[in-house]
Amino acid sequence: MSTTTTQSGSGTPAGNAPSRPGKTGATELVSWKAGIGLSLLAILGTVLFGFMSNSKSAGFGIAEAANEAASSVAALVTFVLALLLSVWFVYLWFTRRRSGLASGSGTVPGWLPASTVAAVVVLGLAALGVAKVSKITLPSAAVGWIASVILLGLAGYTVYRTQAKKTTPRWVGGTFAAVFLIGFMVWIVAGGNGDEPSISLAGLIAGSVTLAVPLVFGSLSGVLCERVGVVNIAIEGQLLLGAFSAAVVATVTHNVYAGLVAAAVAGALVSLVLAVVSIKYLVNQIIVGVVLNVLISGLTSFLFSTLLTADPDGLNKPGRLPPVDIPFLSDIPIIGPILFHQSLVGYLMYIAVIVVYLGLFHTKWGLRVRAVGEHPQAADTVGINVNRTRFWNVLMGGAIAGIGGSFFTLVSVDAFSKDMSGGRGYIALAALIFGRWNPIGAFLAALLFGFADNLQSVITIIGSPVPSQFMAMLPYALTVFAVAGLVGRSRPPAASGIPYVKG
Amino acid sequence: MKLELKGITKRFGSLVANDHIDLVVEPGQVHCLLGENGAGKSTLMNVLYGLYDPSDGEILVDGKPVVFKGPGDAMAAGIGMVHQHFMLIPVFTVAENVALGNESTKAAGFLNLDETRRRISEISEQYGFHVDPDALVEDLPVGVQQRVEIIKALVRDAEVLILDEPTAVLTPQETDELLDIIRQLKAAGKSIVFISHKLREVKEISDIITVIRRGKVVGSADPSASPTELASAMVGRAVSLTLEKKPAQPGDATFKVRDLTVVDHNGQHVVDGLSFDIAKGEVLAIAGVQGNGQTELTEAILGVQPHVTGSIVLDDVELLGKSVKQVLSAGVGFVPEDRKIDGLVGTFSISENMILDLYDKEPFAKGIGMKPALIASHAEKKVEEFDVRTPSIDVAVGTLSGGNQQKVVLARELSRPLRLFIASQPTRGLDVGSIEFVHKRVIAERDNGTPVMIVSTELDEVLELADRIAVLYRGKLVGIVPAGTSRDVLGLMMAGVPEHEAELTAHKTLEGGTHV
Repeated sequence: MSTTTTQSGSGTPAGNAPSRPGKTGATELVSWKAGIGLSLLAILGTVLFGFMSNSKSAGFGIAEAANEAASSVAALVTFVLALLLSVWFVYLWFTRRRSGLASGSGTVPGWLPASTVAAVVVLGLAALGVAKVSKITLPSAAVGWIASVILLGLAGYTVYRTQAKKTTPRWVGGTFAAVFLIGFMVWIVAGGNGDEPSISLAGLIAGSVTLAVPLVFGSLSGVLCERVGVVNIAIEGQLLLGAFSAAVVATVTHNVYAGLVAAAVAGALVSLVLAVVSIKYLVNQIIVGVVLNVLISGLTSFLFSTLLTADPDGLNKPGRLPPVDIPFLSDIPIIGPILFHQSLVGYLMYIAVIVVYLGLFHTKWGLRVRAVGEHPQAADTVGINVNRTRFWNVLMGGAIAGIGGSFFTLVSVDAFSKDMSGGRGYIALAALIFGRWNPIGAFLAALLFGFADNLQSVITIIGSPVPSQFMAMLPYALTVFAVAGLVGRSRPPAASGIPYVKG
Repeated sequence: MKLELKGITKRFGSLVANDHIDLVVEPGQVHCLLGENGAGKSTLMNVLYGLYDPSDGEILVDGKPVVFKGPGDAMAAGIGMVHQHFMLIPVFTVAENVALGNESTKAAGFLNLDETRRRISEISEQYGFHVDPDALVEDLPVGVQQRVEIIKALVRDAEVLILDEPTAVLTPQETDELLDIIRQLKAAGKSIVFISHKLREVKEISDIITVIRRGKVVGSADPSASPTELASAMVGRAVSLTLEKKPAQPGDATFKVRDLTVVDHNGQHVVDGLSFDIAKGEVLAIAGVQGNGQTELTEAILGVQPHVTGSIVLDDVELLGKSVKQVLSAGVGFVPEDRKIDGLVGTFSISENMILDLYDKEPFAKGIGMKPALIASHAEKKVEEFDVRTPSIDVAVGTLSGGNQQKVVLARELSRPLRLFIASQPTRGLDVGSIEFVHKRVIAERDNGTPVMIVSTELDEVLELADRIAVLYRGKLVGIVPAGTSRDVLGLMMAGVPEHEAELTAHKTLEGGTHV
């Protein structure tokens, strides 16, 4: 007996009527979720940023470059490139939109709006570099009130659209989030100690990327496994064993690169157990995953307190993977230190995101992987070996999460300590859902979680009205919103979590 | 390509699904496999397609023995299959589905879907399919999905095409279109294996018929044989294909549905403003292609659908808003469409299943206790009365055959005095013998003076049982027509054509002498 679903129950009425009116007779049940959620957030925003604002200003420092001359050249080149790209994207957007409106079908490709926004943001940052602005100072009350008005307006617009039984355009959510973020940052920084509190913007973002590295690797591992139909709860264990193995192997061999390889092998090893037990012996995937996490936490803690603490110099002193600057690119103001001043693990992260994305959506391998995760029986009937595909993907996912684990011991801190992954495997799982099972989405979600994480420590340093424990809650609160579907309908791969039995 | 099966045997444990089957499929022929549900047709085809390993026997292609380790080998040998439940990935486009497993690639394994699109257009043009390569499969009507399946096989240069119960999900008109496609494929030199238990189609399309019963080939028949002969060969004894029933004697209309609307979780009106009456002693059959709101209609009456508006009145009592238990005690008997999921608890014994709705009532219960002796004797009596073939009343219901399971459901639902009887797909997956039995019981209940509502997607069953026929299309009532209405008219109505138009069209077609 196969346990997969067939699409005969999909409820699509059959019929060979000449036209197929898709939505006739259907009143769209417009959800009030977005309207209510945005209204509450807008009111919260008004209270915090408007009424509770003070007379101080918030300063956002733009990092000073070490090499003045190189920096201005890089900024200028980036500015010109970003300008050209922005103009071209905007031109493309408008012409496509116009031809789309004329022909009655939308022809604006999905990547265009996001790419345009990204290009414009880069343009703005480069402009700051060209103008040699080293610090932006914003008056807290004025910014707070402007932000509040915009937020209330957007929330009102959403409520109006819902009232009129229309769907709200996607830009509303994005703009709301951006304005809320700006208002929040200004408010929280202005609430800090001193007459003119300020933080380093570049440092904040760069720190976020760094904190996001293990999350990104973890969520990519989750994407690879869930897309093929296996739920990987064991990301936490894979990160932890990766960290442990990297530390021990790098110390013993005196070679950090050997540690990196060992981390990948360790992650794959955890996956091997998951794959064999859940794919071959059909044990519930979630239970296996949770058990593996507990097992690895116990195992590494035991080995740490017996062996590693007894001989820290011989077993737990791996040394670090140093940050590597990419010439010229790392000189671009703000963007340079964020993107091009990374350790090897950081660069591997960018490569992994791109490779997994292209692989999943543009190659033969990816088509087969997604087919296995959606409808394994259909994949089987076109000659794809379902369980073998699953097996290799889960192994690959484990290796990727293992590399993410090496970040803890080879980049972040140069020693292993008990349970040092600290639940990031579970946050990676949330990032995967937030990112809708898409590598790029998961990457962005992980960055957001990394940002919230970093903001918490920055706020603690400058002193702020919000307790840092509250900030520490933020990633989890965001996850709840994401999973509750506030960010739109997310649809997991249909066969995720269901073992495949032939016949 | 000539395909031969020699002595194919397939065992599942002690069950012999295929017993030394010999079959020869000649090129350019439509070869029908006729047999009841569970006769072993699909098992045989899954062996041929490499999904099952045969326990014994061999497959020959053009006289040379071949071994298929998986569907990939079968496809490479030129065998294509259209499964009863389509093997398409709903969230993929047509092109992606067609490419899957047979991808054209550029350098480094990157997909070249343009090549696949070109092949789809080529085949679409050749056979007159109208399929958009970039449409998402989940957005396509079932008939078009089936064409995608056929394209999948043709892209892989299939010479033999196996169609497993291809008409089960189609309207009569779509069925006619499919038969036309089969004729074209045949003209192009392909061989077709057409698996069905529907005599009308089999007679219309086949060049040769092989009849399978209980896993064995019991003979071959000529397409010109009469339906009764074919049915008898299929069942293994003389059967009468027509049910003997007296004309209905409808009394007062005691069951009234007004403006019934059911909204699903996507906001679709799956049942849209239905109004109808059923009189005492009459059978109203709800006809329509699967997925046009039938399930939701019956569930709304029973009280398990969440968003229902309108009115459902039985004996002057409003049922809408009542709990399932209240609806049942108002005298509603309900045979659900999927007996395994909604009708029975598979691991419970027959006697327990017989009292699933009466377990807390006298005489089976007293206080918080139950009376096992009484429950057992009740089960014994019902097993006898409904001819349930079982070694004992204590066996788990899940181990019985489909026909016997359905008899248990019927026995339970008909063992109370009823004010309304609803049966959804009452004979789905049953053998001819059980079908006869179920139909007789339904008519007996009608003659008892109970209003009866039958939901069926099988036009044969509708025509056999109904005193009046209500046709549903996309949740709306297309019309209510008398029992004697012709198949052509009903078929058009099932595609959403209103009654008077359907009659005109059907009439014209008859005069013109061509088929729709």
